[in-house]
Amino acid sequence: MSRRLLTGNAAAAWGARLARIDYAPAFPITPQTEILEALGGWIEAGELDAKLVLLESEHSMIAAAGAAAATGVRVFTATSSQGLLYGMEMVFTVSGWRAPFVLVNVSRGLATPITLEPDHTDVLAARDSGFLQIHCATSQEVLDSVLLAYRFGEDPRVRLPVIVNLDGFHLSFTREPVEIPTPEAVDAFLPPFDAGAVRFRASHPVSQAVAVLGSGPYSYFRYETHLAAQGALCVYDEAAAAFARACGREWPAVEAYRCDDAELAFFLIGSLATRARDAVDRLREAGVRAGLVRPRLLRPYPAAAIARALEGVLAVAVVDQNLSMGKGGVLHAELASALWGAPGAPRALVSFIGGLGGRSVTLEEFREMAEIALRAGREGRTPPPRLLYTAEELREVRKLQAIAHGERAALATEGRS
Amino acid sequence: MASLVDLLGASAGNVFRIRFHGRGGQGIKLGARALGSAFFAEGFEVQDAPRYGAERRGAPIAAYVRAGRAPIHERGPIREADLVVVADESLIPVATAGVLEGIAPASVLLVNGLTSAETWRERLRLRGPIATLPPAPASAGAPPAGSACAGAAARLVGAISRAALEGALREEVAPLGARAVEASVALALHAFDLMAPHAGSVVEGEAPRLAALPSPNWIDLPRELPDVAAPDVFASATSVEVRTGLWRTARPVLDPDRCHRCSWICSSFCPDGAISAGAEGLPAFDYDHCKGCLVCVAVCPSHAIRAVAEADAEGPREAAR
Repeated sequence: MSRRLLTGNAAAAWGARLARIDYAPAFPITPQTEILEALGGWIEAGELDAKLVLLESEHSMIAAAGAAAATGVRVFTATSSQGLLYGMEMVFTVSGWRAPFVLVNVSRGLATPITLEPDHTDVLAARDSGFLQIHCATSQEVLDSVLLAYRFGEDPRVRLPVIVNLDGFHLSFTREPVEIPTPEAVDAFLPPFDAGAVRFRASHPVSQAVAVLGSGPYSYFRYETHLAAQGALCVYDEAAAAFARACGREWPAVEAYRCDDAELAFFLIGSLATRARDAVDRLREAGVRAGLVRPRLLRPYPAAAIARALEGVLAVAVVDQNLSMGKGGVLHAELASALWGAPGAPRALVSFIGGLGGRSVTLEEFREMAEIALRAGREGRTPPPRLLYTAEELREVRKLQAIAHGERAALATEGRS
Repeated sequence: MASLVDLLGASAGNVFRIRFHGRGGQGIKLGARALGSAFFAEGFEVQDAPRYGAERRGAPIAAYVRAGRAPIHERGPIREADLVVVADESLIPVATAGVLEGIAPASVLLVNGLTSAETWRERLRLRGPIATLPPAPASAGAPPAGSACAGAAARLVGAISRAALEGALREEVAPLGARAVEASVALALHAFDLMAPHAGSVVEGEAPRLAALPSPNWIDLPRELPDVAAPDVFASATSVEVRTGLWRTARPVLDPDRCHRCSWICSSFCPDGAISAGAEGLPAFDYDHCKGCLVCVAVCPSHAIRAVAEADAEGPREAAR
């Protein structure tokens, strides 16, 4: 086992390497490209016995990933943002083939306007697809989660593809210390893919994507995929326990940090969690009984584990780094549905939208969110959702608008003359 | 067995926060990584990251290094830095580069350039320590500024040995080849030695006290009509507004005596439309927008256009507005 500085992207590539992948269909997109470049470099140097193929789009790439997985080999691919959306038709299609593989998504905000910086609206667009989802907070977690994803996605009780998500820039390009497990430890945890009945061959044609007429077969196949995803919860717990034995690190489906006696909990996903831990520590020093609940697994949704972690908590500040237009934060809505009517559920779930397009969430903002949520819990009155946005930020936008509107006026004058 | 709490670490203690500024191509990402690796070799917990967008060579970029004795929980840009490293002094007056952002009285400023520390102190009205590093000549295959700045920064923080610095440079520059490694190591060690008078002048920032922080100045966004709230830009005007001349490290300069007045050639090849036919058919350069790609130098049939390093050029980087 060696400890070295790795970016989130390099950690994802190391996960694929240690999983001894066979095939990686690829298409470049910022901020993901380094992952496939690293794999290409290792294949070229003879350090990884796999085949990497550049496809002409993410749509083809995900189709190729599913088709290759259906032959029973171990497949890895990666994309981000607009790329994930471009492949979205195949994302929904291949999950129904029940041929497992791992797709790393490097989260990046969606157009419009286009950006390179992270938020989770991209990966949440795949929420209902049948792909399982693991969300990571550190580079270490990225490497370990790729290994966990193969183990539980390939399990014969599950057989579903898995997305491992990491944040662009804040993880993808950020180096931090990572322990790389030994190949022996990984081999003991993750044996070669036992494809069972998944063995599509050219000589034995099988139609993987039948058309059905009538709702009976349609509902059957769709609901079976849903049941498999739900059943993956306990398979995940088994895999996480096996990983802890093999590699010495615990990755529960839900992280509960300093929650045992917490009165206030932050609820969020992704790399914002390390900053939230810091805020929890500072708040504790100041006498506030704060904690953090972070689902690592978002599909399947670990509702019971989340409810357990929040039992006895008075108020929750949900920080959504995503936006469902016309509704609000996705995590907030899902949490509310999971906790509705549960005994001992928190009195207030306050919705905050923060971190859109990579915006930092500051320590004082965590403090403010804690105060607002606690007040809501004590008074039994929940305030409307709040976008984390300051007067200074609006002032910057106003400057840009002044230029744009000046330009429009100038062009209109030109057009008339 | 490590629990999740152990893995992510307990409360953060004091942390070195170091911000690098430079231009694309000057080796800033590499310099920050070398400094990060040197800290790591000295037993620190480290986080380092470059930050850039869709820009190209010459555009302002930044990189960040955090190092402490406990795992680092902060992420993203460093606003309040203990050390600000400026690899190219011409960036200091460029507002969009944000070089002076969040500089506190205790922050150390390191400037790679010929201007003296006294001049900077007076011009910028800074009270904190300023160190200057004379620019190194361009050398074999290694972007000089990044390596030299890494060496100087390592000495300024005082927690990194010469050997750890050299090891880190060898590791990070290795992909560029053996000659680049030797050149980078020499540059970094030279800069390390030059900074001896300032050794250890950078002090780790303390963890912020929660009670001392101001309340966030949040507002409710007003709902506005689409003719205000749609993100429209008007290309013909916006391209004028964005002064890409700031990205330039070298500029094309015309020798009118050699010019054949075939300005349709240089102006057609210019990818930014920054050359027009001027008086008597001589090409005129728009230095507000010329990015310094020097395609015109390459295509000029009579070799009448030469490249002049921006530091040696006469006249401002962009025309006065």
